[in-house]
Amino acid sequence: MTPEELRQSAEAERQKSHACKHILGVCCAAGCQSMGSDKIKDALDKQVKLKGLESEVNVKSVGCLGLCAAGPLVSLESDGKKAMYQAVKEADVAEVVEKLGKAPVKRLELSLDIPFFARQQKIILENSGVIDPERIEEYFAAGGYEALIKALTDLEPAEVIDAVSRSGLRGRGGAGFPTGLKWATVAKAAGSRKYVVCNADEGDPGAFMNRSVLESDPHRVIEGMIIAGYAVGASQGYVYVRAEYPLAIKRLKTAIKQAEGKGLLGDKILGTTFSFRLEIRLGAGAFVCGEETALLVSIEGSRGMPRPRPPFPAEAGLWGMPTLINNVETFSTVPPILRNGWEWYSAIGTEKSKGTKVFALAGQIKNTGLIEVPMGTKLRDIIFDIGGGVPDGKKFKAVQTGGPSGGCIPESKLDMSVDYESLREAGSIMGSGGMIVMNEDSSMVDVAKFFTEFCMSESCGKCVPCRTGTAQMYGLLEKIHAGEAVKADLELLKELCDLVRTTSLCGLGQTAPNPVMSTLHYFEKEYTSLLKDGPGKPAAAR
Amino acid sequence: MAATPVSTEVVTLKLNDRDVSATRGQTILEVAREQGMEIPTLCFLEGLTPWGACRLCMIELKGSPKLLPACTTKAAEGMEIVLDSDRLKKYRKMILELLFAERNHVCAVCVSNGRCELQDLAQKNGVTHVRFPYRYAKYEVDSTHDLFRLDHNRCIMCTRCVRVCHEIEGAHVWDLKGRGIETEVVADNNLPWGQSESCTRCGKCIHACPVGALVEKTTAVNEMKKRSGFLPYLTTMRENRP
Repeated sequence: MTPEELRQSAEAERQKSHACKHILGVCCAAGCQSMGSDKIKDALDKQVKLKGLESEVNVKSVGCLGLCAAGPLVSLESDGKKAMYQAVKEADVAEVVEKLGKAPVKRLELSLDIPFFARQQKIILENSGVIDPERIEEYFAAGGYEALIKALTDLEPAEVIDAVSRSGLRGRGGAGFPTGLKWATVAKAAGSRKYVVCNADEGDPGAFMNRSVLESDPHRVIEGMIIAGYAVGASQGYVYVRAEYPLAIKRLKTAIKQAEGKGLLGDKILGTTFSFRLEIRLGAGAFVCGEETALLVSIEGSRGMPRPRPPFPAEAGLWGMPTLINNVETFSTVPPILRNGWEWYSAIGTEKSKGTKVFALAGQIKNTGLIEVPMGTKLRDIIFDIGGGVPDGKKFKAVQTGGPSGGCIPESKLDMSVDYESLREAGSIMGSGGMIVMNEDSSMVDVAKFFTEFCMSESCGKCVPCRTGTAQMYGLLEKIHAGEAVKADLELLKELCDLVRTTSLCGLGQTAPNPVMSTLHYFEKEYTSLLKDGPGKPAAAR
Repeated sequence: MAATPVSTEVVTLKLNDRDVSATRGQTILEVAREQGMEIPTLCFLEGLTPWGACRLCMIELKGSPKLLPACTTKAAEGMEIVLDSDRLKKYRKMILELLFAERNHVCAVCVSNGRCELQDLAQKNGVTHVRFPYRYAKYEVDSTHDLFRLDHNRCIMCTRCVRVCHEIEGAHVWDLKGRGIETEVVADNNLPWGQSESCTRCGKCIHACPVGALVEKTTAVNEMKKRSGFLPYLTTMRENRP
């Protein structure tokens, strides 16, 4: 396919879509699908056929519409007017079709003016819930692969890297390493072959950002990776996805086939001299394989265990060759940066954290779901405004950001801006973007115990501090939780946290004490009140 | 002997305030040992690829907020390194305590008693007692091999056996199963050692093992003498092969 053919295909798709008076988009990402959205799609199809409206109504599957708590969701675009239906059942289908072109069904309508929708700014999720993730033509129509055309036909690899650098984009996997710098390092590294790897081994409890992007807009990731391959001089890419994401894998496979069919992957992409191949590798359920060196070892076919860095993958990665490894979200951000220019991107966010970030809201929060906001948004706005606050009239207690590697942030810190530096200062991390909200009923010792158990069982077993240190930490937490511990145990726990954090080999171990340390920092009373020799009477754990 | 042109770049650095020189590519551990300066190690064994897992050799590098493992950190120009601060000593002690509490190390009945690297390090680093509760988990003793025995109770997961078998003997009998605290060394695809078809009965793993986990049968308490000096020799031989 040449650039002209791609653009013609995009135009044809746009024409086709304009020809339809009404578009009904049924969310077919994992959340709504688990609530039966595919049956609703079938029912809508049947009803439209029954009424003979096939020529004016387009019923299509779309990706994640965001507000998972209100699923199954159906979006409606009628004569340019947009609306959203929530908690749609098969019984509602006849009415939904009946009312097309008239006022929407009030009882099902979910206002698009609520802060959940109004306050978001979508870049990574711009196509989520808009296009059918299984049709490459819709991605074309939404401006897809335009950035690739621009990169391959207008820009030198160094210019692509320059644009990514200037955009201020930082790694969305959690650590926030400047993406442009990483790309430049791989580009400069010497090696007979180079690789591009996408880390889609999202394993934090309560996180589903990468999953949603892959399920809703897989071509975006592929496009970002091809551009990266061109920029750093790689001709082979791997997407490492966890096997627990079957729908994401299926859609990604479909997308790769489609891209290959259109000549966007393989030899001589878009008629240029650049070649790039992409393969999927499945993770077998080890959390630690999200750690980049363990992930690379796993791709090579060995047991996924981290190795010391340096050498960093940029220098010596897959099979010892320079390897660029980025997260799903990072690759997904590259196409819009090239399409709209780095100036546009760097104007969004804060001084040091540019752009937007996708967060998965989970736990005791009203609007469970997926959101995208500019960096620097206040934590309070995310939880209370967009998230709708804590349900059932309960009081907010803390939010865990960054998964098991992150920390708990209390009420008093809610007015801080969400960016890499502020979160680290507060004792947590950005992580991949999971946010678990806890209400007043949550015991912080419980929370710390839960995450420590997670880290303990997900430790790879290589280095001593992480392997046995986390197990001892868990034992001490159990003892405290059971009301059997004394002050000395708490002191020992603190010492252990320090050891595990300072001496562990990889990020998993180094950050494993974060949940304990942050809850101890902000909620130490909950620990001491459980001690046998603590102040006051021992309180029973809730 | 014909002089082969070797491009060696020399760097100078400080170890505990002592000025030392090193060739580029040498690790901090190699440089320190050359100087007769001690850094405790367990998973490291000269002649095998460094593994960086026991974390006993962690050192402080001036200007770096993180501690670094001496066995895998390369010497570089101008480095200022501390090998034995109070903080490092405290961590080393804790790591040793964690190892003792992890499995069932009972020196009094161990064939390696008096010849054990873990025991030696504990003595040298002042581990007089263990503050962590012993886990007392049940482990198996594999005596199915006709010459050797594997006692999981005494294993410290240093993987020296795994590496020596893979890198030197080339048989790759040993590997790991399980995750975290449940990780264990296994022969072949988790077979009793005696049924392993890949084992060449060379005994290298026995001598690479720092503790009493891999031993020769028919040894009694204190009788298991280990020799691992052949390793650097073998490695050098292979590297210098014409």
